[in-house]
Amino acid sequence: MNRRALLKSTLGASVITVAAAAGLLLPGRVLAAYPKEAFSAKDVSSAVSGALGAANPQQSDQIEIKAPDIAENGSVVPVTISTELSNVESISIFAESNGTPLVAVFNLSSADAFVSTRIKMGKTGNVVAVVKSGGKLYSNSKEVKVTIGGCGG
Amino acid sequence: MKLSRRQFIQLISAASAAGLFPEFAQAAAVTLPRLYDAPMQGNVRLLHFTDAHGQIEPVYFREPNVNLGVGDAFGRAPHLVGESFLKEMGFKEGSVEAYAYTYLDFDNLAKKYGPTGGFAHMKTLLDALITQAGGRDKALILDGGDSWQGSGTSLWTRGADMVEISNILGVDVMVGHWEFTYSQQQLLTNIALFKGDFVGQNVRVKESSLFGGEYLDMVEKFDGLGLYNEDSGHAFMPYTMKTVNGQRIAVIGQAFPRMANANPQEFFPDLSFGLREDDLKTLVAKIWEEEKPAAVVLLSHNGMDVDIKMANRIPGLNAIFGGHTHDGVPKPVVVKNEGRECWVTNAGSSAKFVGILDMNIENNELKGMHYSQKPVISSMIPADKKTEAYIRHMRSKIYDKEIVESRVPALFANKQRMGKSFDEILTEKLAIADRTLYRRGNFMGTWDQVLCNALKDHYKADVALSAGVRWGVTTPKGEWITMDQVMSQCSMTYAETYVSEMTGKQLLDILEGVADNLLDPDPYLQSGGDMVRVGGLDYTILPMKKLGERIQHARLDNGDMIDPDSVYKVAGWAQVNRTPEGPLLWDLTREWILKNRDAKTHVLKLDKVNHPKLVGVNDNPGLAAYAGEIG
Repeated sequence: MNRRALLKSTLGASVITVAAAAGLLLPGRVLAAYPKEAFSAKDVSSAVSGALGAANPQQSDQIEIKAPDIAENGSVVPVTISTELSNVESISIFAESNGTPLVAVFNLSSADAFVSTRIKMGKTGNVVAVVKSGGKLYSNSKEVKVTIGGCGG
Repeated sequence: MKLSRRQFIQLISAASAAGLFPEFAQAAAVTLPRLYDAPMQGNVRLLHFTDAHGQIEPVYFREPNVNLGVGDAFGRAPHLVGESFLKEMGFKEGSVEAYAYTYLDFDNLAKKYGPTGGFAHMKTLLDALITQAGGRDKALILDGGDSWQGSGTSLWTRGADMVEISNILGVDVMVGHWEFTYSQQQLLTNIALFKGDFVGQNVRVKESSLFGGEYLDMVEKFDGLGLYNEDSGHAFMPYTMKTVNGQRIAVIGQAFPRMANANPQEFFPDLSFGLREDDLKTLVAKIWEEEKPAAVVLLSHNGMDVDIKMANRIPGLNAIFGGHTHDGVPKPVVVKNEGRECWVTNAGSSAKFVGILDMNIENNELKGMHYSQKPVISSMIPADKKTEAYIRHMRSKIYDKEIVESRVPALFANKQRMGKSFDEILTEKLAIADRTLYRRGNFMGTWDQVLCNALKDHYKADVALSAGVRWGVTTPKGEWITMDQVMSQCSMTYAETYVSEMTGKQLLDILEGVADNLLDPDPYLQSGGDMVRVGGLDYTILPMKKLGERIQHARLDNGDMIDPDSVYKVAGWAQVNRTPEGPLLWDLTREWILKNRDAKTHVLKLDKVNHPKLVGVNDNPGLAAYAGEIG
C-alpha cells in the first residue's frame, strides 16, 4: 500500500483528532468517556490528575516527542509521540501554555505505542506527553516556539 | 493566488528571449587582475554564489556596521564588523577586500573601486575560475537561493529573467527561499525552465495535499514536477549526485526552513518546510552507505549560525555552502564532528562574492580541501558579451497590461508604467542622496528610513513599520537614486501598504516578537532577517535580554512615550497574514522622494534616522561606528 492509500484509509480517524484539537468539535462528542474536568483544567498538573487519576509522572527519556522547534502554523502543530516503554495503556498530550492544556488522551491496547496528530498552540510553550505504562505515569516534554511572522532575509 | 494562462505565456516569451540571439563567436580568453588568480588546489572545484536577489546588473552594497552575534555566535564569523573583521581575516584597511567585506571608508572606496557584482561580470569570472580548474567537467556551480527575486525585472517577469541568466551562467544546483513566493504554479514553471537541479530535503508536500485535489492535478500537468517522492512527501529531489572530474559528489539541498513564518503561506499552501534535522541526519548516513560518494556537501539557505549548529549535530558533511545571512565570509568556520571536518562557508549577497572550494580526492577519498572567496569588483572584470546582450534584451521588454506585481487585482499592472520598457522605467532618476543610503544592519538603515518616511507621510501615521529584510542595494552619497534602486528595496509579490490602528501594547509586542526572532541565542529558534525597521519612533533595545525584556523607552518622534493603552496609527507593508489594498511600496516611495527632494538641487535630505539606542552590547565585535546612542 502506498502512502497516499494509507493516508486515505486512515483519513476518518485523523479528521476526528484534528477537528477535536482545533476545537471544531466538542471532545465530548468524539470520545466515549469524556473527562470534562481534565479538559477544562487550567494547568498541566491538574489536567494530568484529572485525565489519568494520578499526578507527578516520572520524567522519562524513553518517550520521544517529534514536533517542530518553531511551529509553521500554531493552529496545526504536528506532534508525534512514540515510546519504548512496555504495556502502554494510554498516551496523553498537553500544551503547557494553552488556556486548557489537555489536548488529547489516546487509550491504547497492545499495538505500537505511537500517536501522531496535530495540536493547536496559542503561544510558545512545552508540549508534554504523558504515557501510562504498567499502571505508572511517565512524561517528557519539548518546547515549541510559536512566533509572529519574522522577516525573510 | 491563481496564476492564469496569460502569465504563463508572458513568462515563456520572456524566457525564450535568450534563444533569439545569434550565437556569439567564442570570446578570446580574458586576462583578469591577480586578485582573481585561484589555481586549482585539487581535482574537483565547487563554485558558489548566493542571495543575488535579482541584482542582474552591478550595484553598490555596503556591508553592515551592526551584525551582533548572540549565544555561541558572539564574536564568531559572520558576526564581526569593520576592523574586527579585517583583523580576523587578515585584510588591510583601504584594500579591495576592506571595500568588499566591510563598511569601512565606504564612501571613498566606492568611488575608487566602483560597483560590485553584475551577472555579465560574474559570468566572466566563473568562466575564468572554471578554466583555472581545468575545464567545465571539473567544476560545479552552486546557487544558494534567493536569486530569482529582488529587482523590478525579476518581479515583472516573475523570476524568469533570473532563471534564464542562471542557465546562461550554467548553474548546476540550487535551493530556494523567495523563489517560493511567486505561487506554486510559477515555482514549478520556473523550475521547469531551469536547467540545473532544484533540490531541498526539507521541502515537503503537506499530507493533506497528498490526498488529491489541486496540487496533485498541477503536479500532473507538470509531468510529476513538484512531487518527487509520494511516500516521503519530498516535493523536490532531496539531493543530487554529481560526477565532477570522475568523482561522485552528493549535493544535498536545504531550503529556507522558516518559509511559513516569514513569507505568506498563500503562495505555497501545499508545502511545508522546517529544519527537518532528523531526516537530514538519516539522509546523510544513507547517502554514504548507498551512494558511496567521495564527498557530501549541503547547499543551504539556513543562515550561517544555523549551518554551524547543524554541522555540529549532523555527522558526515564535508562542507556547507550557506546563504541567507548575506555576509561574505572569506574563511570557512571549521567544525569537527566524529573525526571529520565540515567547512561551513557563506558567500554574501547581491552577486558580490564567489566562493571557491577545491577538493583533492584520491581513490574516492577526500584528502584535503582549500577554500577562497573572490569579491566581484565589476570594473576589474570585463562583462561577458553574450550575457550582457541578454540583459539588454531582457530590459528592453515593454511593461504591458499582462504584468502582475501585486496580490490585489486592481494593482496587478500600473497604468503609469505601461508602454515603457523595463529599462526606461528603472533608470528614472529620482533624487540625489544627501548621504549614503544603505539597508543592511541589525536595526536600522538609511534606506529603511526613506521607506518608513514614505509610509508614514502617505498615511499621516504616527509610526511606520518596514520588514527587516537584508536585501536592497546601496546608493552612495552624492549619487542619483534611481527607480532600479527603489525596486531593489521592496520588490516582492506582496508589497501592498496599509495603515491600521494599534494599541501601544500591540506595537511593543511586535517589536519584542521580531527582536526575539533575531536575537534568540539558539539559532534554531531564530526566524531569519533583521529587526523590523521603525520610523517615527525611537526605542532602546537590550539585545542580550529575553523575550519581553528587550524593548524599553519607546517614544514617538515628538518625545511622547508609547502608552500601552493608547491607540496609534501605524503604517506598514509586506503583510504575511492578510492582503491590504494600499498602493505598492515602490510607488509610495517614488512619490515621496520626488516630493521631498530639493526643487533646485534635487538633493533628498533625511532630517532624522530612527536608530534605536543599544544597551549592553558595547563589547560585541559585531558593533562599530554606531550612528545611534549606545549605553
